[in-house]
Amino acid sequence: MSRLSIEASTALCLLQDAGRFGVLHLGVTQGGAADWLSMSWANSLLGNPLDAAVIEVTLGGLTLQAQDDCCLALAGADLGALLDGQPLAPWRSFTLRKGQRLQFTQPLLGARAYLAAPGGFTAPQVLGSCATVVREELGGLDGFGQPLAKGAELSYAGPATTLREVPGEQRPDFRRAPVLDLVLGAQHGEFSGQSLFDAFNSTWTLDTRADRMGMRLLGPALQYQGRPMISEGIPLGAVQVPPDGQPIVLLNDRQTIGGYPRLGALTPLALARLAQCLPGQTVRLAPVVQETAHRQHRELLQRFR
Amino acid sequence: MKPRVEVVAIDCLMVRLFDEIAESNMPWMLAACVRLRENFGVHLIDLVPSYTTLMVHYDLLALNPAQARELIAQALNGLTPDAQASGQCHVLPVWYHPSVGPELSLLAQRSGLAVDEVIRRHSEREYQVFALGFAPGFAFMGLVEEVLAAPRLNTPRKRVAAGSVGIAERQTAAYPVVSPGGWNLIGRTPARLFDRGRDGYSLMQPGDTVRFAAVSHAEFVNLGGDDTPLEVSA
Repeated sequence: MSRLSIEASTALCLLQDAGRFGVLHLGVTQGGAADWLSMSWANSLLGNPLDAAVIEVTLGGLTLQAQDDCCLALAGADLGALLDGQPLAPWRSFTLRKGQRLQFTQPLLGARAYLAAPGGFTAPQVLGSCATVVREELGGLDGFGQPLAKGAELSYAGPATTLREVPGEQRPDFRRAPVLDLVLGAQHGEFSGQSLFDAFNSTWTLDTRADRMGMRLLGPALQYQGRPMISEGIPLGAVQVPPDGQPIVLLNDRQTIGGYPRLGALTPLALARLAQCLPGQTVRLAPVVQETAHRQHRELLQRFR
Repeated sequence: MKPRVEVVAIDCLMVRLFDEIAESNMPWMLAACVRLRENFGVHLIDLVPSYTTLMVHYDLLALNPAQARELIAQALNGLTPDAQASGQCHVLPVWYHPSVGPELSLLAQRSGLAVDEVIRRHSEREYQVFALGFAPGFAFMGLVEEVLAAPRLNTPRKRVAAGSVGIAERQTAAYPVVSPGGWNLIGRTPARLFDRGRDGYSLMQPGDTVRFAAVSHAEFVNLGGDDTPLEVSA
């Protein structure tokens, strides 16, 4: 077993995996890594199952010290990681010798970094997952939804592996302005024609009101013309439009049912990209039909075979 | 009933069974749940019933959208409401008292009923669990008598004690854990509504029925209830 001690942390440094499934009907949210693709890469670099327990670091502020020689992998945002003061770029596995420090300083590119360990970090399974959902007091190191805290210890049991990098052409480009594919559906037919045009022909700015429950988009007000809705199940990535007309993309920690009309839901790839965006950045939305999105997503997953 | 199936995400379809909230929906919803679970088997990831709809989240590696639609069509074909499929009936003890249910007097005023009569009417009915949401184990139940219906508070409370029983419009619910909340509070139950150590986790499941039973302060405390007044715990 190899161990790491946490010397500094924030409320946004969380143990995550793919999240909870089979419990949504009980009002239990999904949770899980907001950028599932970067989590998958971090795990893939170590030969882990793609959904093994990882650390999600949002914006930075985490400092770890190795208590043993450790083999780790980093993917996702460049949060200015330093290995004993030397810059460490993401998309690779690396060795952290006993006594060495890994520090995440500030967001240089993207918003969320994923740190993986061989076999996944050790954590109790709560309702089938270690995903930390602070609001629901589920998951995390203690099982009760606490973020990673200074003084706590992380451990893993898997063996060290050969050091690897994600091939350059496979890495997502967080510099390019995102175009987010939205699977058309739900109540999209009950928005005004102008609103549907605006939805897919406008530049949307990410609001500061953004967390793991949802991210708000600012732009032209979209008008729903249908009748008031009765609350219904909310899928991951649903793009709902409250009465102020400003869409909210619902993420991993969303509430499980809700009654605002929706345009549809972002694709998994679009969600992974959105999770790396910061307030003030702009995105565009592109409509896609379910069959096409399904085929493209299955092709995307071939990378990990 | 003329079910419609709508795309809601890359791997989710919404089965719309009804257009209005009604207690009579639930036997149909439950029968559909049973059939959908059977048909999708291990390829079902989540099935979320809510008032009039069932959201089917399936494994997109195993099924394409057309296959999922076919499984739904098969499940709904010849569907009949199953009275036997209705879930468990729970009796939730409630200590109805202004110190833990500050809106008791407001509801009495609005309805023109005595407080005791508000309590009697709230605890007289058997309610359906329409859906769970808002928080783990939070069951939306109804319908309460029209005369007891009341809009949510203009300003939600920052902190509602666990076990608090409330009314919003014609629905009633109990808060499983401390949380913010805007429902009109009328009492408190000592029942553990969500327990990670229990099979099924949540005391109430969609389709269950619930009756509230008024208990005295002594019984409430005996059952493990926390009688800290809401204002003090706020």
